[in-house]
Amino acid sequence: MIEILYFAWLRDRLGRSTERAELPPGICTVRALMAWLQEREPAFAAIAGEGRVVRVAVNQEFAGPDDPVAPGDEVAFFPPVTGG
Amino acid sequence: MAIVRVQAEPFDLPAEMAMLGVAGGAAIGGIGCFMGVVRGDPGADGRVLQALTLEHYPGMTERAIGAIAAEAERRFRLLGCIVLHRVGRLAVGDGIVLVLAAAPHRGDALDATAFLIDWLKTKAPFWKRQDYADGSSDWVEARTADDAAADRWR
Repeated sequence: MIEILYFAWLRDRLGRSTERAELPPGICTVRALMAWLQEREPAFAAIAGEGRVVRVAVNQEFAGPDDPVAPGDEVAFFPPVTGG
Repeated sequence: MAIVRVQAEPFDLPAEMAMLGVAGGAAIGGIGCFMGVVRGDPGADGRVLQALTLEHYPGMTERAIGAIAAEAERRFRLLGCIVLHRVGRLAVGDGIVLVLAAAPHRGDALDATAFLIDWLKTKAPFWKRQDYADGSSDWVEARTADDAAADRWR
């Protein structure tokens, strides 16, 4: 299982802030996880199709498409940050 | 050495200043200070901004700011620094972020303060939602000017 978190407008669009998911076999990178999430859920695919920048963190560290994802990880999706 | 806090409460500037003074002692020659304030920007379509709602990623946000503060301490000669950020609903005119950097001399104090706020704006997970008087709201888009400001510290 992985824990997935969504923030800001991603959370608004998907209608939830957190979920637990069973990683399918072969899904072991951020890129593959995002592809799977798009396949699984039209709302996620719609967001990806808009070409807006979505940032990813794995275990609370910023991550890129090629970074690994494994069972037990906490993965977060959010827009570019706008604090300060 | 750095103090990092995400809080709903308003800032108590004299108390924070005193805390820095205690930490840095007699060697402090100056304290750089930046307080970001909620600006009453009108919406593009004439809507009136009523409040900002600030959201963060509990855990990651504190870690990210802690890493930024550690980087400031590596780059500048500091005797202490405090980075506080508010979350929740903030009215126009409210303080939103407070950065204090104490150093023996003004150069390090002022440079570290600018560095801390520039990096915080692009590397710490916070998101602002603009809430308008007519009940509508939208999420603030990231600005390329903020990326440029952060990049000058490369």
